Amino acid sequence: MQDFIQHIINGISLGSIYALIALGYTMVYGILKMINFAHSDVYMVGAFAAYYVARFFGIEANPGLPTLITLLVASMVVCSLLGLAIERLAYRPLRSSPKLNILITAIGVSLFLEYGGQVVFGADPKVFPEVMKDFVLFNIGSVELKSFDVTVLVVSLIAMLGLQFLIHKTKIGKAMRAVSSNASVASLLGMNPDRIIAFTFIVGSALAGVGSVLVGMKYPKIDPLMGMMIGLKAFVAAVLGGIGNVGGAVLGALIMGLSEEMVVAYISSTYRDALAFGILIVILIFKPAGLLGKYTVEKV
Amino acid sequence: MKRLLLALVLVLPLLTSCTKKENEIVIGEYDSLTGSDATFGLSTNKGVRLAIDEINAAGGVKGKKITVITLDDQGKNEEAASATTRLITQNNVVAILGGVASGRSKAAAPIAQSHKVPFVSPASTNPDVTKIGDYVFRVCFIDPFQGLVMAKFASENLKLKKVAILRDVKNDYSVGLADVFNEEFKKRGGEIVADLSYQAGDIDFKAQLTQIRSKNPDGIYVPGYYTEVGLIAQQARQLGLKVPMMGGDGWDSDKLYEIGKDAINGNYYSNHYTTESTDPVVTEFIKKFKAKYNETPDALAALGYDAAKILVAAIERAPDLSGKAIRDELAKTKDFAGVTGKISLNENRDAVKSAVIIQVDKNNRKFVTTVNP
Repeated sequence: MQDFIQHIINGISLGSIYALIALGYTMVYGILKMINFAHSDVYMVGAFAAYYVARFFGIEANPGLPTLITLLVASMVVCSLLGLAIERLAYRPLRSSPKLNILITAIGVSLFLEYGGQVVFGADPKVFPEVMKDFVLFNIGSVELKSFDVTVLVVSLIAMLGLQFLIHKTKIGKAMRAVSSNASVASLLGMNPDRIIAFTFIVGSALAGVGSVLVGMKYPKIDPLMGMMIGLKAFVAAVLGGIGNVGGAVLGALIMGLSEEMVVAYISSTYRDALAFGILIVILIFKPAGLLGKYTVEKV
Repeated sequence: MKRLLLALVLVLPLLTSCTKKENEIVIGEYDSLTGSDATFGLSTNKGVRLAIDEINAAGGVKGKKITVITLDDQGKNEEAASATTRLITQNNVVAILGGVASGRSKAAAPIAQSHKVPFVSPASTNPDVTKIGDYVFRVCFIDPFQGLVMAKFASENLKLKKVAILRDVKNDYSVGLADVFNEEFKKRGGEIVADLSYQAGDIDFKAQLTQIRSKNPDGIYVPGYYTEVGLIAQQARQLGLKVPMMGGDGWDSDKLYEIGKDAINGNYYSNHYTTESTDPVVTEFIKKFKAKYNETPDALAALGYDAAKILVAAIERAPDLSGKAIRDELAKTKDFAGVTGKISLNENRDAVKSAVIIQVDKNNRKFVTTVNP
């Protein structure tokens, strides 16, 4: 029983990391109806940005809240700028091209960042600095709840609520929803879709930046290909929850984390990655719009 | 004029490579001098250079100087193969010092074998490498041996009764070590309470470790590479697992402690040699290496050094410089006092020698004991 509870804690903690990245996928999809495959590589660049900032200022020696905030800000700024640049240089010129062209461009940008990252940062793994001390919040028997796990979960829930607020209660959120439903009509009504799309990329990429620092804190090994698998799984989580739906992304991510943990614990770690794609296939067959997604009829 | 220049540029290297100097013996070497595991190749190369410089300073072999031609395989199998072909067909080398990685040796050694050029690998530990043919040798022990050594150490020195195994299923090296450990530890009356797996590249190991924790082992055997091992050690500590962890030479990197931090402290792994040895061969080697490169040699530098020395010793003993003559003498290598131990090559052309157990002590490698085969 104790093990089972520990597995649940581990699973939720893993899932909340997927959630932070899944939110970025879902946001961009929600507004542009495109999957930004480069998102997980923006996250990788964020981790390296934090790593180099920590090294440059030598703040790795004194872990604590100020260090965490500095690195979060650094990573968010770098990720936002990168997200903005990708949108401006790679996606905007293709805005009126077929969806497939944009999708392939996204994959190209992703590969560019992964292998460019190997050239710039080196292919060998780097060790992320110790940002904060991890400590036990409470334990029952051998079941322990650690501060990192709670931090990551709380941050992804705050991010989710913040996004909900942004989308449904603010003016720019209203504009985002308008652009999402019909960009050309929105522009006729005086909105600037380009600016709103750029804003979406900034917010989504900043979330990836937050995720990268939290992951670096928890799993202190970073390398240029670190975004690959985690990105795919976060993408599956977003589809599982209903892509374009903010709450769905978090729900999907938690389900992914938990089921992965249970598969490794009770069956075999070999199925860990197969599971993610198994879930994807099952969902696409039985509920293509995802758990919380709305089924929409394509107008032909 | 342009054409003439071009022709000259093309022909010049051919001319130089054709003029075989009578007073030198040419040995070929390929190594990963760039690429993702460049540190392995650079270390090996430093060891080889040191050995050859020493031999030349002492008058060379058969009255001739030795020249080593080193090519870079960039950490790629196909480059290793083409480098070997070039060394043999263009540079007419008498023997090849192979690379570190077993995969690259598997790509290059068949070429040496088919040209009947002796091939000596300093550090390819996969059992299949020397099965390629009778011209292929190695001066390191093979993977299964490390599993055996650690099983012996775990039951005799650490007196462990119940051990859990956590292996990297994607990695032949890790699977080989784990299988032998499993078999040998049971043979010695121990119990394997869990045999779980992970895959290189994973970052979360809590599910496996939670399961291991529920089995209450006295120790955990993790024969993987340092990046994952560091994370595993940290997460084990986070789950309150305080039993010793054990591994193989895949742990040997400064990164191990950087990633694992205090969680990796005090754990054990098997390795090829120790810098703490008081053997004069080792102390002399470390002194010379430090003087030349201003750094402490790692296990790969030591293996490179030994490989070059053993090859040159065989060339010295051989009646002529034909591949066959050198091969026959290499096969007779016995009780060679190397930096990485007393080396004898067995009938499979693998080195038979002792391994050392190292304990992680912050960023140092603390020598614990030597385990003989």
